[in-house]
Amino acid sequence: MLVYLFRRLINVVLMLLVVAAVTFGIFFMVPKLTGTDPALLYVGKIADKVAVEGIRHKMGLDKSIVEQFWLFLKGIVVGRSYNAGTDVTHCYAPCLGYSFKTEREVWPLLLDRVGVDFSLAIGASILWLVLGTATGIVSALRRGTALDRISMSVALAGVSLPMYFTGLVSLAIFVGQLGWFPRKYTDFTADPVAWFQGLVLPWVTLAFLFAATYARLSRATLLDVLGEDYIRTARAKGLREPVVIGKHALRSTLTPILTIFGMDLGGLLGGAVLTENTFNLRGLGYEAVQSIASSDLPVIMGVTLFAAFFIVIANLLVDLLYAVVDPRVKLA
Amino acid sequence: MSNTDKPFLSVRDLKVHFPTDDGLVKSVNGLSFDLERGKTLGIVGESGSGKSVTSLSIMGLHRTGTKRGAPQISGEIWLDGQELVSADPDQVRKLRGKKMAMIFQDPLTAMHPYYTVGAQIIEGYRAHHPGTSKKVARTRAIEMLDRVGIPQPDKRVDNYPHEFSGGMRQRAMIAMALVNDPSLLIADEPTTALDVTVQAQILDLIRDLQKEFGSAVIIITHDLGVVAEIADDILVMYGGKPVERGPAATIFESPEHPYTWGLLGSMPRLDRELQDRLIPVKGTPPSLINVPSGCAFHPRCPYAELTGGRSTGEVPVLAEAVPRHYAACHLPIAERHRIFTEEIAPRL
Repeated sequence: MLVYLFRRLINVVLMLLVVAAVTFGIFFMVPKLTGTDPALLYVGKIADKVAVEGIRHKMGLDKSIVEQFWLFLKGIVVGRSYNAGTDVTHCYAPCLGYSFKTEREVWPLLLDRVGVDFSLAIGASILWLVLGTATGIVSALRRGTALDRISMSVALAGVSLPMYFTGLVSLAIFVGQLGWFPRKYTDFTADPVAWFQGLVLPWVTLAFLFAATYARLSRATLLDVLGEDYIRTARAKGLREPVVIGKHALRSTLTPILTIFGMDLGGLLGGAVLTENTFNLRGLGYEAVQSIASSDLPVIMGVTLFAAFFIVIANLLVDLLYAVVDPRVKLA
Repeated sequence: MSNTDKPFLSVRDLKVHFPTDDGLVKSVNGLSFDLERGKTLGIVGESGSGKSVTSLSIMGLHRTGTKRGAPQISGEIWLDGQELVSADPDQVRKLRGKKMAMIFQDPLTAMHPYYTVGAQIIEGYRAHHPGTSKKVARTRAIEMLDRVGIPQPDKRVDNYPHEFSGGMRQRAMIAMALVNDPSLLIADEPTTALDVTVQAQILDLIRDLQKEFGSAVIIITHDLGVVAEIADDILVMYGGKPVERGPAATIFESPEHPYTWGLLGSMPRLDRELQDRLIPVKGTPPSLINVPSGCAFHPRCPYAELTGGRSTGEVPVLAEAVPRHYAACHLPIAERHRIFTEEIAPRL
């Protein structure tokens, strides 16, 4: 178990290293391809040749690509100093560099943003997990009835309708027409009630999108499981139907749900681009769009690494949980 | 009728029909048999002959009512004086696992992979002994595992099914089925998924336990070798109907029905010369939607033309050929005996 965990953690580090290498590659290649100069981007519009060279030297852009990558990695692990003679700027670990645009450090910027995504993900994931699987289970147990058909049609709509449609429609109705919710994100620490009100619509619309998938998956899985021999055995033992379903069938149904739940949650924490932009939430997804639009390469790199981190960690957690849920899975 | 008049288990004109988009599948179409306590009945037939559907009907394990895939069941199943076909499903549920229990073909898929063997036995025990503490039920589970020959039962009780070997798993299945001392045990292909050496052990175990508990046993199989070892009576099914029924010894010595001849001819035997080839039953099992007219076996029967056209026009009924030995065949009895002694027996 511990050996497994250790091996997996090394794996996590390796994965992140690969992502870092790829993002760094983009950082290095894009200016070459577009004919821009990263140093120039730092300096801004008033480009003084001396200033540009100064920045180039200070940011280490005059070093070789390998050396630059090494400094980039080192910055993440132990922090790094940018110095040009007497002008020293220290960037503490995990240092992801400085934004071209705001000249702020990338890491604190990401920390600022991720709170929104955590808030969004927590509410939405609880909603979609509970509603989605419950709908799927009821549909499977009432297979072929009107209830099943209606819920599966709604689920189909949920899967098919894009966020910017459901989001905008619900905004138009509940914010524009009825004025029930503010179209504004408030930090939880500032005002929990306002935080909640501001997030209700994003939660519901995002959950609708995901719940649909969960409903369809749990319905299909439960129907499969109900055809298993061990369900027949459970019935042959004379167990009551609620026990057969609740204890024997549902436990097997929840395993695949757990897998995609981990993945979805991990993905969401790395930013929900469409939701954030639809609801004007300033999270990682919003930041990603902004930084791409303005070619703010250090921020793009930071967001990418951050998102990759969540996905890799979610993967690990899912695998560990799998061993808890399914005794046949051996962690070795 | 009082309990004493009726056999312990009595199936009367059982019909199990499944409505499908292609038509009505007549899986079981008029089956009757009796079984006493302490006796073993072997139900033999190829895939689709209706043997498993019959056992699921006795156990009440088919879907009921208007549920999708629910069959139409008619006829009567009397178990110890209680009729099961028309009974309230919850009444039947209370009998399941207690008065009647079932062992399935593949013990790996028949056990829940997420629960320990012990937990699954305990669950079955407590379902019919409400108020029993987990500790008492656990002691009972260990006792049952010990009884079916699982070594170190107090340790194995906490193992998961995948940690057992195939034979051990089937033993555990048997322990699970017998935990409430059922008076009827149905074993549906209990040895099909097992190694030959293990097969014999499992059959011995079932026989020993039957002697010990005095229960009635139904063994469902396509393997005549299995029933030869264990059954008192044999029922041969074809296309959802019984074609031959009688004491096991008689059926092996002087089978009456051409289909049974075919089954015996296609059974590998150690006492047969190696160069002798097995004789397959030619053709394919009948469609259960459009069952062949007359005798369902006639398209595959080498002697159909000897019936003077009756085999295609008239459905044969089980008739006593010799005392206690019934067959549903249009061939005159004397003719059957002649064919068997002259043509079939020398090749067996």
